[in-house]
Amino acid sequence: MTITKTDLAEALYMDVGLNKREASELVDAFFNLIKDTLAAGHGIKLSGFGNFELRDKKARPGRNPKTLEEIPISARRVVAFKPGQKLKMTIETYAGSRQQ
Amino acid sequence: MGTLTRSDIVNLLAEKFADKDLLKSDISLSVRELLNAMSTGLAKGERIEIRGFGSFTLRKRKPRIGRNPKTGEPVALGVKYTPHFKAGKDLREKVQAALDAELAAGKTLD
Repeated sequence: MTITKTDLAEALYMDVGLNKREASELVDAFFNLIKDTLAAGHGIKLSGFGNFELRDKKARPGRNPKTLEEIPISARRVVAFKPGQKLKMTIETYAGSRQQ
Repeated sequence: MGTLTRSDIVNLLAEKFADKDLLKSDISLSVRELLNAMSTGLAKGERIEIRGFGSFTLRKRKPRIGRNPKTGEPVALGVKYTPHFKAGKDLREKVQAALDAELAAGKTLD
């Protein structure tokens, strides 16, 4: 099963008591804020959950493995997620069926 | 690069919702609940997909033989699951555009 924004809004409606419109607006605002923060070049620490970090990678020569043709790989900025201790511990105990 | 914390996020959301009938305490509680719902879902083996932002999945780590660092004795370590985040297209493009703009303005990567 996949959790989507709809499910998260439902959780806010059920467990926090926001109305449905507020709940869905807040979920949108939360992820947009994280996205905009990363786009502005800042990392984010969400204690108990994990950290979103930015990593800059220099341009480097690459190669098409099929044709062996050299193609330069341009400089990249990527988002990395480092799970926090609490999340890691919660998940380590997962020993369910291997549906993935 | 400055880093934002969970309380910064709560404050910024509170500003954004200032004209709405939502207390800061509700927002703080909501952020906690959001992260909780995501952690619990992942721990149940579910994947999380937020369009434009990214997805969280569990990755399986193979069982391996570890060693007790003190005694050097081998210890069997079972299958382990760790969370993995993959940035969505919109997030990837926005973050890349920011770097491209910085490089165009003279930034160098060393």
